[in-house]
Amino acid sequence: MKHRSHSEQHQGKRPRVPAAASSSSPPDGMEDTTPLKPRELTQNPLKKIWMPCKNGLPEKHISQRKVCMTNCPTLIVTVGLPARGKTYISKKLTRYLNWIGVPTREFNVGQYRREFVKIYKSFEFFSPDNEEGLKIRRQCASAALNDVRQYLTEDAGQVAVFDATNTTRERRETIIQFAEQNGFKVFFVESVCEDPDVIQENIVQVKLGSPDYTNCNTEEAAEDFMKRIKCYENSYEPLDEVLDRDLSFIKIMDVGQRYLVNRVLDHIQSRIVYYLMNIHITPRSIYLCRHGESELNVNGQIGGDSGLTAGGKEFAKKLSQFIQAQGISDLKVWTSQMKRTIQTAEALCVPYEQWKVLNEIDAGVCEEMMYEEIQDHYPLEFALRDQDKYRYRYPKGESYEDLVQRLEPVIMELERQENVLVVCHQAVMRCLLAYFLDKTAEELPYLKCPLHTVLKLTPVAYGCKVESISLNVDAVNTHRERPENVEVSRMSEEALLTVPAHQ
Amino acid sequence: NVFECWRSKFTNSPTMIVMVGLPARGKTYISKKLTRYLNWIGVTTKVFNVGQYRRDATRSYNSFEFFRADNAEAMKIRKACAVAALKDVCDYFTREQGHVVVFDATNTTLERRDVILQFAEENGYKVFFVESICDDPEIIAANIKQVKLSSPDYVDCDKEEAVADFLKRIECYKLTYVPLDEDKDRNLSYIKIFNVGSRYLVNRVQDHIQSRIVYYLMNIHVTPRSIYLSRHGESELNLAGRIGGDSGLSLRGAKFASALGLYMTGQSISDLKVWTSHMKRTIQTAEALGVPYEQWKALNEIDAGVCEDMTYEAIQENYPEEFALRDQDKYRYRYPKGESYEDLVQRLEPVIMELERQENVLVICHQAVMRCLLAYFLDKTAHELPYLKCPLHTVLKLTPVAYGCKVESVFLKIEAVNTHRDKPEVQEVVFSYYNVLGFTNVCVCVCTYVCVYIYNNKYIYIYIHIYIYIYIYVCVYIYICMYIYMCVCIYIYIYIYIYIYIYTCVCIYIYVCVYIYNNKYIYIYIYTYIYIYICVCIYIYVCIYIRVCVYIYMYVCILHYITCHLADAFIQSDLKRWVRKGRRSGAMDWRM
Repeated sequence: MKHRSHSEQHQGKRPRVPAAASSSSPPDGMEDTTPLKPRELTQNPLKKIWMPCKNGLPEKHISQRKVCMTNCPTLIVTVGLPARGKTYISKKLTRYLNWIGVPTREFNVGQYRREFVKIYKSFEFFSPDNEEGLKIRRQCASAALNDVRQYLTEDAGQVAVFDATNTTRERRETIIQFAEQNGFKVFFVESVCEDPDVIQENIVQVKLGSPDYTNCNTEEAAEDFMKRIKCYENSYEPLDEVLDRDLSFIKIMDVGQRYLVNRVLDHIQSRIVYYLMNIHITPRSIYLCRHGESELNVNGQIGGDSGLTAGGKEFAKKLSQFIQAQGISDLKVWTSQMKRTIQTAEALCVPYEQWKVLNEIDAGVCEEMMYEEIQDHYPLEFALRDQDKYRYRYPKGESYEDLVQRLEPVIMELERQENVLVVCHQAVMRCLLAYFLDKTAEELPYLKCPLHTVLKLTPVAYGCKVESISLNVDAVNTHRERPENVEVSRMSEEALLTVPAHQ
Repeated sequence: NVFECWRSKFTNSPTMIVMVGLPARGKTYISKKLTRYLNWIGVTTKVFNVGQYRRDATRSYNSFEFFRADNAEAMKIRKACAVAALKDVCDYFTREQGHVVVFDATNTTLERRDVILQFAEENGYKVFFVESICDDPEIIAANIKQVKLSSPDYVDCDKEEAVADFLKRIECYKLTYVPLDEDKDRNLSYIKIFNVGSRYLVNRVQDHIQSRIVYYLMNIHVTPRSIYLSRHGESELNLAGRIGGDSGLSLRGAKFASALGLYMTGQSISDLKVWTSHMKRTIQTAEALGVPYEQWKALNEIDAGVCEDMTYEAIQENYPEEFALRDQDKYRYRYPKGESYEDLVQRLEPVIMELERQENVLVICHQAVMRCLLAYFLDKTAHELPYLKCPLHTVLKLTPVAYGCKVESVFLKIEAVNTHRDKPEVQEVVFSYYNVLGFTNVCVCVCTYVCVYIYNNKYIYIYIHIYIYIYIYVCVYIYICMYIYMCVCIYIYIYIYIYIYIYTCVCIYIYVCVYIYNNKYIYIYIYTYIYIYICVCIYIYVCIYIRVCVYIYMYVCILHYITCHLADAFIQSDLKRWVRKGRRSGAMDWRM
């Protein structure tokens, strides 16, 4: 739970300290020597963050985004033969970094190549003797690097994942030079795998579905791909402990059996390493659901710590039957520390764990209020929330952004675990879901997570398959869509237009 | 309970962390640091240093010869030490509910590691090896100078001799050293640390705790640096004696902020990072420094829930039972709709991880937050943590040295209110003294009343008798504790000296009488005999007197003990009644 992604940095005035004062320990009567006058502070109404202001107007920030984690952008470069899970790692890492709030984009050189040469014939294209193929591939790589530069310098990106084989030292040298010229840090991620079963599995799972082999027979395609790997094998120079000792890299061997980590430079690299060391590819399912309908749900109040209604208890029983029907032997059940999720988990009659970090978003002063009451008491807050629901922080409460930071350890542990059922809350479930489905910050707070519905997530290829299973127990609707009018000056009726029906 | 949660999440079986590496590779440093971290996040952990067992077994250390592979006798001792340590590991897991053990020894041979693996398998423990490899002679030399020379093995040794001896000791180990092997040990879980963290090889991480350990080890470094911890300047709510809230600085607080600016400039650190919380008072303080700073939500003050913005008196008035519960276990107590210190520690874990990664940092935070951070650096227990002293307007400078942290407390000479609330005196003591005195007074009153008004002074002698009795009782009760201690000391003194004195006298006397004067001075003999007899009598008398004193003392102790427990039981039952009442109304009975 690194809270740095929404940390702000303020460049104060350089202290005008007299030369004499700078060398002395704290002097006594310092009323006279006060070096500078602190700036006034004002609270940002949306994020509720204190920031310096002048004449009532907030002072401009020195690039909010660049500060967090690193001073210069990072270029992550994958290394490895084809079908070693490079794209899998790139996509997953990009998804994770974006979710924790680090703007990241993935650049797949294969994609550039496919756009360049529309039709792929056979492995011959990748043969080291194919002059024309080489030329095209080099062009694609430099086009991709150009886009990387554009993204990191102009589009405020922080991390770019450069997804290509990069198997030769020469190619890597080019990339390092490119990064040096632009002031990017480079971090290599190499995937080494000798196990033919794993490679075969990977080819069948993702490569055969690739656009290169759309009109191909499966076996032919597999054969062609194996030959393609052969083309790379001759010139492959893995990262070396001695020769590449000055580079920052992680070498993943045999799908996470062993890792070699060299020269981790900064915060973001350390986070990436930790993440890569926790993911695994064992098939499993994650079940997400909310608690059963609570008493405050029925009343249309938000937050609070109430118990289940009769319908909620009915759902808990149905959930128990559903889980039994799934027939999973080592299922872990996680709940929050709130009564309604614990009551739901109790009905399952299996051991469960309580996580405080899974607690519902803290609505601060609006806890246990109805939307109508919030509109009544805090119309300004209500409108601000509709304007940017992701970043809006309740007075004395939390924002979705805070929630994502809080949930980071849960995601890390979910990645480590196998079959898990998470009994949580609406906002929490939205955040978790957004991670698995790669949703943006704008979509996240409006994801549909109805009561009495279980979402079964199963990782497939590069993404996640979602099955939504309604357990057929009636419940109130708690989803409030974004209203058309989000202006502060809107009428109360307009603000309350999308409030779901309740008692 | 967060702790329970950690427990089940971590592992079902205890974990043994086994260090591997030549001497002076920082094994003990890593062990101690890791233990400190794990204990802080709530995983009970203990280090077992086999070197310490060896030192206890053979008092004197002569030279490196002891560590030679062909020294059969020493080998036997060393093996016995390892076995003894393993036995204690087993005890720790079963009796003391330990969760993780760090087994700090060289473990450089395959044979020794096999012994450990077998031991772990028999008992169902998971094993995780941490190997530290270093081939940079400068680092090793620095390490030897820093920690090994002050080791008990080299107390009265010349420095250079000691270094030479230690280097030879390392050579002894090198002969039999077999590092963990990528191929042969592919089924083991381990992390290999090369040259103090420039490279890591991680193999087969099995579970949550191992993954956490790996992450931690990959983030620590040994570059010299200082961490400055400070609270915000005095806030307006501090002045008002209220807790929590989000107020601005008072006048004195603003003064502190500029003093802090001067102090930090005086420290002249070029790449200082400044971190604040998201609260106004810390940001105001940081603004005065005139340097860039970062805001962390995780550094926010403990959330006092319903008690935010209240004075302690108001809390006592509105939530007396909550207040009492908090005093009973301040670390685990969670404010209604708020947080506990335990929650805070979990929230601060990423801050600690980042502090370990960074170099010079100034953290401007809050009382409870600072206590948690300080407890990590000074290795304080959960009981001490909530009572650590973190006054306002005082900067703590922490500098890592050898295996610990040096603390300098710098008061910036600006007055501030005191916000520290000590743990209230243990109530049982107060209550028992109070009860005894009260009891006495009541007795006296009742007696007086009975004697004077009912019996019309007919039984005045009873009154006097009782009065004297009670008076004596109280006097004895209050004062005897002090006297008795002295008596015991004197008793021992007299016992020894009188005995020696008498025996010497008798011996000399017999010698003088019989051999020198040939019984000429027999009257002296009689005289002396009487004198000695008196001495012995006094001696016996003193013994009896002391014995009586001891009996009285014991009696008083027992009485004291009983009254204490009666009073305590009374308070407890009262509290429990409150709590039960609260539970009933607060609907805590959610289990269906």
